[in-house]
Amino acid sequence: MSAPAFDVTSQIGKPWKKPPFVQNPLLRWGLLAGFIAYLIAAYMTIDVNWARVYEGLERGKQFVLAFTSPDFTSRSGDIYDGMLESIIMTVAASVVGIAVSIPIALGAARNVAPLPIYLICRGIIAISRALQEIIVAILLVAIFGFGPLAGFLTLSFATIGFLSKLLAEDIESMDRVQAEAIKASGASWTQWINYGVQPQVMPRLIGLSIYRIDINFRESAILGLVGAGGIGATLNTAFDRYEYDTAAAILILIIVIVMALEYISGIVRARVQ
Amino acid sequence: MLRLDKLVKTYKTGDQALKAVELEVPEGQVLALIGPSGAGKSTLIRCINRLVEPTSGKVQLGDVELTTLSSSGLRRERRRIGMIFQEYALVERLTVMENVLSGRLGYVGFWRSFLRRFPQSDVDEAFRLLDRVGLAHMADKRADELSGGQRQRVGICRALIQNPALLLVDEPTASLDPKTSRQIMRLICELCKERGLAAIINIHDVALAQMFVQRVIGLRFGAVVYDGPPDGLTPDKLTEIYGEEDWEATIEAIGEDEDEEVAAQ
Repeated sequence: MSAPAFDVTSQIGKPWKKPPFVQNPLLRWGLLAGFIAYLIAAYMTIDVNWARVYEGLERGKQFVLAFTSPDFTSRSGDIYDGMLESIIMTVAASVVGIAVSIPIALGAARNVAPLPIYLICRGIIAISRALQEIIVAILLVAIFGFGPLAGFLTLSFATIGFLSKLLAEDIESMDRVQAEAIKASGASWTQWINYGVQPQVMPRLIGLSIYRIDINFRESAILGLVGAGGIGATLNTAFDRYEYDTAAAILILIIVIVMALEYISGIVRARVQ
Repeated sequence: MLRLDKLVKTYKTGDQALKAVELEVPEGQVLALIGPSGAGKSTLIRCINRLVEPTSGKVQLGDVELTTLSSSGLRRERRRIGMIFQEYALVERLTVMENVLSGRLGYVGFWRSFLRRFPQSDVDEAFRLLDRVGLAHMADKRADELSGGQRQRVGICRALIQNPALLLVDEPTASLDPKTSRQIMRLICELCKERGLAAIINIHDVALAQMFVQRVIGLRFGAVVYDGPPDGLTPDKLTEIYGEEDWEATIEAIGEDEDEEVAAQ
């Protein structure tokens, strides 16, 4: 082994520093200065009407104070119906969304699918991710009318983009050799997926699914604002009537359910590792 | 039994991993494939069962030409070729039993394998093999709970339950300690002898190879530069395979090791 000439004695006794990320010092400091200048300029364009903020503070205070006396009772029937609708929407959309996502995720993993199928599946994912839930919901409400059907379809559609993409990435980063070993035994493609791929991505699939159920529930509260049913519709009505105490009750319920889901998902994910 | 005829593999990057390799392996012969990293040992083995597609040349197993097979024909032939991997390549989240039975996937239909309802004869054979390697009590453990040596023994069971005619063994001892390495090599060679299996074993450890096999193939830059008995590996030959280095110590060590082995028995 002949190492290139390097005079070690000139380095001994001198401090060592990690080489900078941007080599050219002029460019390095120029970038930093430019960034700071942009930040200052950007903040200066923010136009705050302080008088308006002062008036608004009073309304904000009322809203916050409503949380100290949430009213679960006077609209309990509406809240119950809205919650039930949201939960049904969430569960139905998650089941359908996840079931559709799995084959698309397989198709969108380059190490499992041939190129044409890969491109099609990646296309579906890109469309699903490009369209924000609210926009999809507005479109679907226009087609199917007000109500939970539009919400259910929106959430299913959004689940596909989310779950397929992340699952496909997990499949792509799996241990190739484990899958190769199954292939070498003469397994068919479906057996190969079942034995070589599925065990490797199962914890991730379960973790993502639970996380998505959680997201779907939260989204279902928003979708009501554009008429796609669920607890969001009840919440919207409460705001329209200035019934902040009822709105507070609904928000508290949403927070409790989301926290409960978060807690359950933590337990399940720890179990499946 | 196995014949490679002018086997060439050129990767997309332009690297020629195999340059017209000719090799004939008779029934029941265990041979070691040695050579420096990047010499094409892994590629050679994987070209045989077409985990890597050879660029040109022929692979003849029995009277079947493997390189031209359709995907279903290839699956059928892969059943006759067991493979043992470096780093074991067990599916870590499956149980030991599932890993062993996965060697039968080429013989059972999808639904049977999906529901884990393998024929009784397969299950019996799996238990017999696990017992042979001393792991029958571990059948329901998850593969990632096992130690390195245990995992490799499960890997051996998985290859053998295929009832293969040929074993391809890729660096079986690369991540094992010296003692376990010997045990694994001995086990592979014993099982090959019991079942009259031919085997190609890729191995880094020249001394270990010389201890256990009847024939050594030296590969350098994708070409066979040595083909002969293990004790024909002189310092000159090793230099030809690996490049300049002091080989006397390696060769002496083998002599001593063998003495120890005899003394220990």
